[in-house]
Amino acid sequence: MFRNQYDTDVTTWSPAGRLFQVEYAMEAVKQGAAAVGLRSTSHVVLATVNKAASDLSSHQRKVFKIDDHIGVAIAGLTADGRVLSRYLRNECINHAFVYESPLPVSRLVVRLADKAQVCTQRSWKRPYGVGLLVAGLDETGAHLYYNCPSGNYFEYQAFAIGSRSQAAKTYMERRFEAFNNYSRDELIKDAIFAIRETLQGEKLTSSICTVAIVGIDEPFHVIDQKIIQEVIDSVEIKEDAAAAADQAPAQDDDKSSEAAPMDI
Amino acid sequence: MALRGNWMYENNGGTCVAIAGADYCVIAADTRLSVGYSIYTRDYSKICKLADKCVMASSGFQGDLKALQKNLAAKHLIYQHQHNKQMSCPAMAQLLSNTLYYKRFFPYFTFNILGGLDSDGKGCVFTYDAVGSYERVGYSAQGTGAGLIIPVLDNQLKSPSPLLLPAKDAVTPLLEMEAVDLVKDVFASATERDIYTGDKVEILVINASGIRQELMELRKD
Repeated sequence: MFRNQYDTDVTTWSPAGRLFQVEYAMEAVKQGAAAVGLRSTSHVVLATVNKAASDLSSHQRKVFKIDDHIGVAIAGLTADGRVLSRYLRNECINHAFVYESPLPVSRLVVRLADKAQVCTQRSWKRPYGVGLLVAGLDETGAHLYYNCPSGNYFEYQAFAIGSRSQAAKTYMERRFEAFNNYSRDELIKDAIFAIRETLQGEKLTSSICTVAIVGIDEPFHVIDQKIIQEVIDSVEIKEDAAAAADQAPAQDDDKSSEAAPMDI
Repeated sequence: MALRGNWMYENNGGTCVAIAGADYCVIAADTRLSVGYSIYTRDYSKICKLADKCVMASSGFQGDLKALQKNLAAKHLIYQHQHNKQMSCPAMAQLLSNTLYYKRFFPYFTFNILGGLDSDGKGCVFTYDAVGSYERVGYSAQGTGAGLIIPVLDNQLKSPSPLLLPAKDAVTPLLEMEAVDLVKDVFASATERDIYTGDKVEILVINASGIRQELMELRKD
């Protein structure tokens, strides 16, 4: 973005009413590897692209289990994400200790947002450089939230963050209205598809993506690589068959764009 | 400050027993909750599963026991998040000891026994006092009926002294079924003479295939 004289301090406003440090923190999220989330009425799926620093190293963990009913996927500074995950886990444990019941997702994201906001109003701190997709289930149903470094949070039917996430968002924008009725497996498949969109031609294999799910009667867990590879293979067989038979592939409904729900 | 007749604590009575075998562990506790000369309930579990292969049974003040169990469960969850695996029984034993000593000057009024399988799959039993002093043993009993049970276990299980060199295994050579029968006999005997022990005994057997639970009726008087 732009270097100017109002961006040194997080506690300095620009004349246009912007806090540049906060906006730069959000840039850090946009540079991170992609993460997507989708929800139906009974399940929420998170999927991330695994980036490794080099072929010799292991890839960074971007999906964290927070509690049996909540998990997060992060994009941006993964160290900040790890620290925030520890905070979220503690909040869930403390709530369960006092109230003997799981912490509702909406309350967790508010606490996280408040924690992020503090860092936008202290001159000796810096904003967290990580965006979190919080997926959870509670008494009110399935939820997917996006928590920003700015301290804002929004609930989504589906969302994508990180580099080349716009491709995933476009893919999901065409389909999101059907998500509520999706079965568990359809949701996983679409999450993998959405991730594939962000790869822009790179070959999709189960080793470069992580998929996690939480649902009614299904505690949050990362799905086994073998199962993911099976889904990818089954999809690619169908696509190769369609291409080979020279048929027009099954078409999406081309909705004239109504309010695109996933700005920012 | 004078204790003024134990108004901060209550002894809810009851007895717990545990026996360690070569590849199993039996842990048992009666289900009677009493206060004074009355019975609060005949159906109260004093046993808590702390981890996959680790079970705790305690007698004493059940209010403190509930709080202690919640405390350990929360600490175990943190451990699982950090290490991606369940705590082993010896690790949980040390954690319990530290947790108890943390309240050295306002103790948990609980007399605990921890039973499970160690990392080699062998049975292990750890026995505690109220402030965290603990020891790995081959068998143990705690609670109001312990005085009636320990001499019988000493006679039947003949545990070697921990001071012996070379160190001898404390686990009993008994088979799992024999150990469970011994536990049943020993509870039936304690029930005869201890007013706080009776109603039912809950027996848990931990082995490589998991945890099995059994309930046996005891005298209700």
